[in-house]
Amino acid sequence: MIPELGHYALVLALALGLIQAIAPVIGAATRDAALMRLANSTALMQFLFVALSFAALTVCYVTSDFSVQNVFENSHSMMPLIYKITSVWGNHEGSMLLWVLILALFGAMVAAFGANLPATLKAHVLAVQSWIACAFYLFILLTSNPFQRMAQAPFEGRDLNPILQDPGLAIHPPLLYLGYVGFSIAFSFAIAALIEGRIDAAWARWVRPWTLVAWMFLTLGIAMGSYWAYYTLGWGGFWFWDPVENASFMPWLAGTALLHSAVVMEKRNSLKIWTILLAILTFSLSLIGTFLVRSGVLTSVHSFANDPTRGVFILIILVLFIGGSLSLFAWRGPMLKQGGLFAPISREGALVFNNLFLTTACLTVFVGTLYPLALEALTGAKISVGGPFFNLTFGPLFVALMFAMPFGPLLAWKRGDIFGVAQRLMAAFGVGLVAVAATFAVKGGQSILAPFGIGLAFFVMAGALVDLVERTALFRAPLAMSRMRAAGLPRSVWGTAVAHFGIAVTLLGIIGAASWGTERILALKPTQTVSLSGYELSFDGLAERSGPNYQAQVAKFTVRSGGVPVGVMEPSKRNFSSRSMTTNEAALLTRGAGQLYLSLGDAEPDGSLAIRLYYKPLVMLIWLGAVVMMLGGALSLSDRRLRVGAPKPARKPAAKPKPALQPAE
Amino acid sequence: MTRKQRRLILIGSSLGVLAIAAALVLSALSDSIVFFNSPTDIAEKHIAPGTRIRVGGLVKPGSVQRGENLNIRFEVTDGKSDVPVRYQGIVPDLFREGQGVVTEGKLEAGGIAADMVLAKHDERYMPREVVDALKKSGRWEEEAGQTGGGTPR
Repeated sequence: MIPELGHYALVLALALGLIQAIAPVIGAATRDAALMRLANSTALMQFLFVALSFAALTVCYVTSDFSVQNVFENSHSMMPLIYKITSVWGNHEGSMLLWVLILALFGAMVAAFGANLPATLKAHVLAVQSWIACAFYLFILLTSNPFQRMAQAPFEGRDLNPILQDPGLAIHPPLLYLGYVGFSIAFSFAIAALIEGRIDAAWARWVRPWTLVAWMFLTLGIAMGSYWAYYTLGWGGFWFWDPVENASFMPWLAGTALLHSAVVMEKRNSLKIWTILLAILTFSLSLIGTFLVRSGVLTSVHSFANDPTRGVFILIILVLFIGGSLSLFAWRGPMLKQGGLFAPISREGALVFNNLFLTTACLTVFVGTLYPLALEALTGAKISVGGPFFNLTFGPLFVALMFAMPFGPLLAWKRGDIFGVAQRLMAAFGVGLVAVAATFAVKGGQSILAPFGIGLAFFVMAGALVDLVERTALFRAPLAMSRMRAAGLPRSVWGTAVAHFGIAVTLLGIIGAASWGTERILALKPTQTVSLSGYELSFDGLAERSGPNYQAQVAKFTVRSGGVPVGVMEPSKRNFSSRSMTTNEAALLTRGAGQLYLSLGDAEPDGSLAIRLYYKPLVMLIWLGAVVMMLGGALSLSDRRLRVGAPKPARKPAAKPKPALQPAE
Repeated sequence: MTRKQRRLILIGSSLGVLAIAAALVLSALSDSIVFFNSPTDIAEKHIAPGTRIRVGGLVKPGSVQRGENLNIRFEVTDGKSDVPVRYQGIVPDLFREGQGVVTEGKLEAGGIAADMVLAKHDERYMPREVVDALKKSGRWEEEAGQTGGGTPR
């Protein structure tokens, strides 16, 4: 009964979606306030029904209803409750349901919190949001029904793929989806603006919080995915430039550019057309990402079984939405009025620089990701484009961007003074140079680039602080005065500084882990010890342990630093009888910002156990930096102007189209 | 500064950055891409030793030999030809005889010195490259192919 209810709820959501896709547009065209308001209730109801549908599938999983094929294929009655729940989206059908749930959630949030939006804009935004939703409801209902029943209910399920039985599955996909589905709002706003043919600074102010929310979740989602891939053996470490990873990274790059260009639009009413285009491109990249992941056209270490026929359906959705929105853009874009002027050296100029480099970097990732596909289609040659390509292309562009980053916030709007800014950044330069020298002194010249990378990271961090120091007049004015100034600074200024600081922290982590990691592979017998980077591990022995649905072979190691025990590491191998599959659980021990990483290999012929031990200095900073970036986003989001909302744009009365019909009182 | 000048500077610098990016992409594409080959390709194509290549196929049953210090040797087969592979390290959880595998490394006289052995998430899934290699050598059986499922991403 419950699966049928879930299925029915999804059909109802589609029906509501179709109403919402059409009615508000007619309402906006005829100035019918009731029709436009209809979108509010349908958006909320849509979310309610998709949530019901999602809840129904979750109930099927929690109660292990193996008469539902999806549950049978991806669950097992012995699984812990948390994995029964996460299994809901640990498969194709369920993850698409999560996708539309989040899409509907964002639609409902616009309906609920968008009270200050002009009625027609809101009606159009919700309608566009519903076009996307309908396409994906149809996709699920026609090709990927998660509620499909089996003729005969099996006694036991086939279990969730053991590699996915990990807390990572609970955290990473929902965050990632909140991010890249969240960009649909920016897309809908852009399309709505194009349909209405007018756009102003207030538009940017309405779009910005939504983009920020999506960006924050995407940042965290990518970081959590990276951490998951890092501790799972065989997934290539914290970043592998795998197509599936790139699929989530491209919307992040475009979304970051969008955040910055929206600032220019909001403050200076400039870069309008570009901002609209970026909003379209960002969500288009999210759709392309969904397509790449779901269709399996590219070989990825993160791919599971996927189904090309379903891929074709997504490809059609993709072509319709990207093609349609870009055509609309080409048609209506030139009608948008140009905004304020600015000199090349100015805050606006710096933000244009940011956009130029971010989009170009995104383009190189795009080329690297899709080139193998194009080449295979054209010549039949199969290639793989891996890390070296991206390091050579994306790397230099991002380094240039990072170097320019501290300059931007210090430049004045309209016309800036680059030499003045450089002067104010002297202290930051100094910090960077000291960091380069110190790194050379400590680590020597084993890697020439790494010390400069460290220097760059410190320069960016110090630059972010210089920005705050300048604005609060710290060291120049009395302390009390600086404190008052700090309290008066807009939160978005703090947000910028914190987020810029965060990306430098991530850079530190990447350099540390990539350049100075140490590694040992060896076979050990019980009571033997191994040392690496000042840590000594003694192998205490093997033990059998049984988990809820697996048998584990656990090796116990005591870790000592300078003779003092600092922790115990217990890497294990888990054997899942349901799928006759073994997973390898690495053990991690965090020491400061570095981490010891220990994984088990096979038993050697002489009875010893193979282990692989790494020490990765600074590695935790990679993810810590992402968290800092997200906090920066949160600070920016709490800015007063975004909470209070946009002031009503002052418009010339003549420019305002008169309502066609006067309301009859 | 007029709007026109401003636009020229903007377009000029955009083109400049794009040109740099294009140069980077082209030079990187000529150096750092890796061609995928099936074992039959390697047997037939005369690829210069020292070239970095990617090989996909099945781990030949009975070919896996484990040595000291996590050295492992095995053969990758597409049913027609075999390629010996040596690797030092811990192989992925789903590395098994008769299962699909993709390895990457330098081609040497005696086979491939791999520095990467790729795992898949799912034992029911066969890497597409392997499927293509097997199809090409005519050893592909449809039943062994893909079934439902999906990825969490």
